[in-house]
Amino acid sequence: MSQSKKDELVHDHNHDGVDRRGFLKCMAWAGTGALCVMQGGVLKSYSMSRANEWNAAKMAGELSFAQISDSHMGFNKPANPDVAATLKAAVDKVNALSIQPEFLLHTGDISHLAKPEEFDTVDQILKGAVAKDVFFVPGEHDVIGDDGQQYRDRYGKGTKGEGWYSFDKKGVHFVGLVNVVNLKAGGLGNLGSEQLEWLEDDVKNLKSSTPIVVFAHIPLWSVYPEWGWGTDDSAQALSYLKKFGSVSVLNGHIHQIMQKVEGNVTFHTAASTAFPQPQPGKADSPGPMKVPAEQLRSLLGITDVNFVRGQHALAIVDSQLG
Amino acid sequence: MKEILYRIGLAALVITVFALLTPVDKHAHAAGQGQAGTNATVKIDNFSFGPAALTVPVGTTVTWSNQDDIPHTVVSTDGVFKSKALDTDDKFSFVFGKPGTYSYFCSIHPKMTGQVIVQ
Repeated sequence: MSQSKKDELVHDHNHDGVDRRGFLKCMAWAGTGALCVMQGGVLKSYSMSRANEWNAAKMAGELSFAQISDSHMGFNKPANPDVAATLKAAVDKVNALSIQPEFLLHTGDISHLAKPEEFDTVDQILKGAVAKDVFFVPGEHDVIGDDGQQYRDRYGKGTKGEGWYSFDKKGVHFVGLVNVVNLKAGGLGNLGSEQLEWLEDDVKNLKSSTPIVVFAHIPLWSVYPEWGWGTDDSAQALSYLKKFGSVSVLNGHIHQIMQKVEGNVTFHTAASTAFPQPQPGKADSPGPMKVPAEQLRSLLGITDVNFVRGQHALAIVDSQLG
Repeated sequence: MKEILYRIGLAALVITVFALLTPVDKHAHAAGQGQAGTNATVKIDNFSFGPAALTVPVGTTVTWSNQDDIPHTVVSTDGVFKSKALDTDDKFSFVFGKPGTYSYFCSIHPKMTGQVIVQ
């Protein structure tokens, strides 16, 4: 792969192989389309404008999947009067990825009001994806009125409790968690003791070299508690994953891209395919953020994830819809 | 002398007029107050209940009205009342027949909390 030195950020300031300053710089670039790849604990950044020079085979690694989130089917207010169209655009974007994803993860708020026709419409649109397997976790909008019974009837086959489960793909262990049910007044997201016990048991016999991907709707780290952007008991969940060399946590809920690295854990939130929300504290409340129509699609997006065996973490690339 | 008396008189008149025009607000500002046996409203907007603490007499019908562009619910923490999902312009009403403090929250966005104090 031809890459000039200026595209690489390789500064091992803390002598632990993690380029934190470069990471912050890369996050600033991410909005304009940079691929930030952790390889062997060292962050490298590749400009998307030179994507045609990428060696797809080298970058594809062994496992490729895409994350979409917060489709809110049924929402029809000014922030986006046509969420079906933007979800279709997201599917088109996923289908056009140079490295075809094997499956999709939907990190919740599939529907806006948990109405049957809303779920039906999403299912219909997702049929247009080349990747036929979609793995879901519910958002708080998907469990309105019935604590998630309809969600589980539709998407919960093989899941436990409120809809949690795990599966393996090419040696990577995926865990889908539900943190949007049994919420307490004044609280944040909640996993609950039954799910935590299941998680501890689920991962305890895995080798520490097994890459782990955890996906759940509400962020599993404290993004902005004032707006409910966090999970009350996520620390306990993360404690069960301490032994693993590579843990990626993929969330949705906040309708914007945010990333944080803490030791061996990379936390990442995806953009919504429906409408953006304001940055923490930049508005009165975390509601839908209206932007000029021509800007909307640049604030919606999909996430492409690639796993290269032998590398520390997954390569996570966010793309805008337009 | 006449002029001074005139000015004092005018000042007194002006002060009296202002005193009459200034509304004497019997309603508490931190907590809303409703009249006996009638209705009170809680407006839901910007991910909050307004007023967050509402004091009403026994027998009041409280109506929550969602003016936000996102759905919310009204759920009592003690299982006393529970609305279905309220989209924009949807309403939910409950008659408070017994005194007490009723805490509630939005089950979709649990950071949103409120209280109805029935006296």
